[in-house]
Amino acid sequence: MSERLAQVDVRRLVPRLVVGTVVIAALLYVIVIAQPPPEVGGNWRSTTFGSAFDDWRSFTRTLLNGLTFAGLLFIVASGFSLIFGLMRVVNMAHGSFYLLGGYIAYEVQQKMTGEQGYTIQGFNVNTWEWVFPALVAAGVIAVVGLVVQQVFLRWNQGQELRQALITIAISVIIADQVIAHFNEGLASSVTWPGWMNRLVELPLLGIEYSLTRLVVLCLGLAVGSALWLWLYRTRTGMVIRAGVDDQQMTSALGVNIQLTFAMAFIVGSALAAFGGAVGASQGAVAPGQDGQWLLNSLVVVIIGGLGSLLGAAAGSLLYGLVFSFSAVYLPTTGNNCCTQYSIVFTFILLALVLAFRPQGLFGKFS
Amino acid sequence: MTRDPKTLAERAIAVGVLVVAALGPLIFNDYWVDVILTQTLIVGIAAASLIFLAAYGGMISLAQTMLMGSAGFMIGNMVTKGGAGGESKGLTLGWDPTLSLALALVGTTVIGLLFGLVASRSTGIYFLMITLTYSVIGFYFVGQVTVVSGFSGIANINRYTPPFVGDMVNDRYRLYYIALGVALAVYALIRFALRTPFGLALQGVRDEPVRMSSLGYAVPLHRTLAFGFSSFLAALAGVLLVWWQGQIAPGDIGLQSTIDLLMVAVIGGLTRIEGAWVGALAFIVINNYVRDSWLTDLLDRVHVGGSFNTIIGLVFLAIVIFSPDGLIGAWERIWSFFGRAGGPDAPVVAPGPVSQEA
Repeated sequence: MSERLAQVDVRRLVPRLVVGTVVIAALLYVIVIAQPPPEVGGNWRSTTFGSAFDDWRSFTRTLLNGLTFAGLLFIVASGFSLIFGLMRVVNMAHGSFYLLGGYIAYEVQQKMTGEQGYTIQGFNVNTWEWVFPALVAAGVIAVVGLVVQQVFLRWNQGQELRQALITIAISVIIADQVIAHFNEGLASSVTWPGWMNRLVELPLLGIEYSLTRLVVLCLGLAVGSALWLWLYRTRTGMVIRAGVDDQQMTSALGVNIQLTFAMAFIVGSALAAFGGAVGASQGAVAPGQDGQWLLNSLVVVIIGGLGSLLGAAAGSLLYGLVFSFSAVYLPTTGNNCCTQYSIVFTFILLALVLAFRPQGLFGKFS
Repeated sequence: MTRDPKTLAERAIAVGVLVVAALGPLIFNDYWVDVILTQTLIVGIAAASLIFLAAYGGMISLAQTMLMGSAGFMIGNMVTKGGAGGESKGLTLGWDPTLSLALALVGTTVIGLLFGLVASRSTGIYFLMITLTYSVIGFYFVGQVTVVSGFSGIANINRYTPPFVGDMVNDRYRLYYIALGVALAVYALIRFALRTPFGLALQGVRDEPVRMSSLGYAVPLHRTLAFGFSSFLAALAGVLLVWWQGQIAPGDIGLQSTIDLLMVAVIGGLTRIEGAWVGALAFIVINNYVRDSWLTDLLDRVHVGGSFNTIIGLVFLAIVIFSPDGLIGAWERIWSFFGRAGGPDAPVVAPGPVSQEA
């Protein structure tokens, strides 16, 4: 018995126990312990909706909110992860590409629908008038990304910190230029096509849910499937995966690795811009969101592991769910409570993953 | 003891700078002393904490602004008084200023140790990313948790200063000299820390983590302690900052401020502590004199538009591309150029963490 005890590595056991306890406590709280808030006051068990048993529909809706947010997170963060995984470039301008993409989509949609300004109505927009602006944004930012990579990053490969600093400088310039040139730096919103602007009845779950959010989820899934097919079922994808594992060996085999790098940067930047167009349709883009989306991408890939498609998906899911649940399943004290502690949970999630697996859930040590 | 011309020149410059700084209020006008020089000293202390980590620990931290702000928010919550006037947001605990000062410094160091513990197993670009998330999370924390601040921040903090510090509101030269004293103390402290066994081991950890680990040194512990020490330095800067501006708001620790501090450190040079104040002076002078000048007019004329940020971004880009070890690096390069021309014992340019091949 004592021998078996001696084999237990305390340093490995403690983080596992901590993670397990936290996860089980959080699940118990959400599913059983939480209570709907009383008329006045509240205690540590009072949450916005109460537990999953009290209010099954709100629970499902929160779950779906988390999943749909994860869809958008995945679109943006997978591009970040792709660029890092292949080139070891941390593109600190990724959030700026998101922001710029959102604003370009806004401008193009305004031009197409006749400059109706911020209050453009959904029924004035058809599907093409949403798809085209998003594609233009993705295309323009793909070119911007390519130029940044060729001009600023190609000649200093391997100097990770210097490349990070260069992209920071570019993000500072882009942020300022967006304010100077796009809609006077006001918050701007792309409008979804009119047919999406409704609630749909979900079979089995028995709730109505916003169609646009489901579309975002589908877009995330579509991007994920396309990336998977590209990376795992084509020759280019094979080269990219080989480049991720061993760059020098791949180029020694006669592969033009520079071409692959350029391609990865084009796709990664285009994904950021496409995400920007989707994000601008869900809410709005505004100066300052570049930092927010840089953070989102960072959190997703730190959780999931840099350079892994599966990791980006897992990171998006975890982050999206934690974000969505902590917003409504935290103790509140009545309706006029204003304090949001949800951001603290993002940090707890990050700290738990890093303490347990510093390379992220699906990351590999290089 | 070798007395090469470069060391002599640097000593002469140091003495000159000290004399000018000590006589500051006699030489410069009030605007320069109160705004530019005091701010330079304070921002320089924060940048020194960043450069200390980068140059001697091999860790580029983007959390220093957040740590600086956390000291400011702590002291703001502790010293300000609530009540009928309702002059401030936050917890308005109304504690004794001396006690609050000590608690803010200790508290920020503890936060730094905890955050450093989580980040200590990563280096290089991973460390940069993790500390960036700390910084952004800190920003949203003080913004969202309205109990401690909210987006409008805490005001009137400089009315409650410890007795040994004195009146900050009416006597601004006082803050200038305090900041000067703290800056010199921070510089001396870093120089001292680097000569202790801890400082030497830290530099070993920077260069050869695996070898140090096999020699029996606890690598994550050294990184954590270094991060804690730099948090303490950042906390000093944070306290001075709230005394200087009187208030603190989440905007002070936002991404923009975080990147500003990084730019200060990089413009100065990530290889030597002195670069912190050189970079701070350059950044603040550009910030104050370029805002509405012929340069922004020129940007407008060529239809680029934009403001100070475009210009400082371009300056930053140029420095990272052409002189990655900053202005201090340019200085070293001038000497190595002359040294090479003069004789065989040319001073070697220290390879900075930025210019190193990864």
